[in-house]
Amino acid sequence: MKTTELPRWATGFVLPVLNLLSALLVAALVIHLLGESPVESMKILIDSAVVNPEGLGYTLFYASTFIFTGLAVSIAMKAGLFNIGAEGQMYFGGLGLTLAVLAFDATLSPWLLIPLAMLGSAVFGALWAFLPGYLQAKRGSHVVVTTIMFNFIAANLMNFIIVKALLPEGEQNPASRVFTDAAALPTLNAWFPVFGDSPLNIGFPIAILALVIYGVMVSRSSWGYQLRATGLNQHAAHYAGVRISRMIIVAMLISGALAGLAAVNSIMGSTHYLSLNFPAGAGFVGIAIALMGRQHPVGIFLSSVLFGALIQGGFDLSLEKPNIPVETFIFIQGLIILFCGAMENFYAKPLLKLINATRKG
Amino acid sequence: MEYFDFPSAIVSMIRSAPVLMFAALAGLFAERSGVVDLGLEGKILASAFVSAAVGYTTQNPWLGVAAGVAVSVAIAMVQAFVSITQKGNQLVAGIAINIAMSGLTFVVAQYIFQQGGRTPDLGAARLSGIEFIGTEALADVPFLGWFWGKVLGGHSALVYLAFLLVPVVHWVVYHSRFGLRLRACGENPHAADAAGVSVERTRYLAMLIAGVLCSFSGAYLSIVQSGFFLRDMSAGAGYLALTALVFGNWRPLHTVLGCLMFGFFTAVQIQLEGKEFPVIGAIPGSLIQMIPYVVTVIVLAGLMAKSVAPKAVGKPFVKSR
Repeated sequence: MKTTELPRWATGFVLPVLNLLSALLVAALVIHLLGESPVESMKILIDSAVVNPEGLGYTLFYASTFIFTGLAVSIAMKAGLFNIGAEGQMYFGGLGLTLAVLAFDATLSPWLLIPLAMLGSAVFGALWAFLPGYLQAKRGSHVVVTTIMFNFIAANLMNFIIVKALLPEGEQNPASRVFTDAAALPTLNAWFPVFGDSPLNIGFPIAILALVIYGVMVSRSSWGYQLRATGLNQHAAHYAGVRISRMIIVAMLISGALAGLAAVNSIMGSTHYLSLNFPAGAGFVGIAIALMGRQHPVGIFLSSVLFGALIQGGFDLSLEKPNIPVETFIFIQGLIILFCGAMENFYAKPLLKLINATRKG
Repeated sequence: MEYFDFPSAIVSMIRSAPVLMFAALAGLFAERSGVVDLGLEGKILASAFVSAAVGYTTQNPWLGVAAGVAVSVAIAMVQAFVSITQKGNQLVAGIAINIAMSGLTFVVAQYIFQQGGRTPDLGAARLSGIEFIGTEALADVPFLGWFWGKVLGGHSALVYLAFLLVPVVHWVVYHSRFGLRLRACGENPHAADAAGVSVERTRYLAMLIAGVLCSFSGAYLSIVQSGFFLRDMSAGAGYLALTALVFGNWRPLHTVLGCLMFGFFTAVQIQLEGKEFPVIGAIPGSLIQMIPYVVTVIVLAGLMAKSVAPKAVGKPFVKSR
């Protein structure tokens, strides 16, 4: 039997792997041109990011942040919205979290403070996503352009807020004061000493929980059905009784809240203070993760771990090989986004031919 | 007003606007043909680096500009292949290019020059301003001296190119055969296709033009404005150019007005930095920098004017059978 459509295992697994390999091939070529051995570099990268347990802890720590930004972009994508603003929403989430912690970290116990800070980050992230969502739903202003604008506005506004309001007296470094220990997320190495000094913390299981909730909400609930219907065909969904503009606004609010929550792991799990530009591109990585993971919980998890490993392994590699600075991995990220996101069907045709050929024979 | 030097703000507006103007006009061709160009930033950055690197190595700014054109066109062709032939997600392709170039330019700059991802100062290889005849004679004449010597004269060739391009682009888009096809492909590619226009070819050509125009933006940044390449020196200029495009409703003249407005805000921000005002005190630069983006959101919300994008922008063209 000839088929004109690729089976699910091919689109869900084979294509992403082929795309990823293509991106890594280009990256290997660049590393070769920089005068280093791609095979040796790959070995160092895998060793320090996955094989070494402490390195794995770091990998999973970065992955926890990326799971949240990946989920944020994914849920918006399910509704047909391309949220480029996860970066700004995460930045504002960090503000919400910091305000809650600064107000209460001297008085509340961690059991109350941590949930409160999480709530603060989710609310502020959602607020920052509200206007782009509202403008898209009610006035048709394209969410891509507005969220880009909101990223820039967030960057400037946060710069102003941190310097004007949060900078402790006499400090030069633009950052808030350091939180007390009550605001520190418990690290996992207390239970699993193998993770050593890595900042892996309860943010990781919380991220896994978020993945499960996302999976159930999107694929199993009637709300998720309406969400997907909106994304697939707005007109059809509208005739089926979905309130489109409300759906768009709600999807953007949830997306913003998830992006805001990404700040919890990176601030309360590691730095313990709000600093300038702390998201450091995690919001943009979320776009890559959503695309590569095809908005599926398992896919989001795997691609988050991949990007976490690239950051952790890349950092160690840059220490050993001065010709391969950390920025090389920004380039590789871009390549992965290009191959897995924009050229996702590059291998679809040949693969289809191959499948048909094997079936005939 | 002692706080604000208007004449010098105008001059600095003219000097900073070309970065945006080249990029915005590049974006105009791409988007009018139906391809979203979110990758302006990456092309600017790549061209800025290559122009500076080649300009420094050969000590010839024009060779630098030529090299910048080559690399920017190459990237634009990759983008075109992904967006047009592969029918991939154009937004993602653009973002991917921006991220990749942000990393790659640093890595290569560091590898070649070992100066922390910077190129050495271009020195004499920088493009210098063209002084008009009679500037010195008029220097002391009020207004005329300023107008002749600083507004009209004293700029580098690329500034004149940027302003000359405006009427040219306007003519091409609205009064040439190619412009008609370009707009048709962006508004209704199926109708264009039915009329015998190759949508793919038109879009590829538009991306080619976009690549060339965008490269000047990067070259201007490194060869004229700063005299070296610095990591991520485009600092959002590509996105701001897109904003100007949205602001100007995808029309060349209005878009350029948007670019000039943004250039003016940059000048204002630099002038007001750290100045104390009565009652309100110093206005932080970060808030002034925010203004163009806020204005754009207001425009997008339809409160000042309705912005209408080309209808088919961002949609890959699939020939109907």
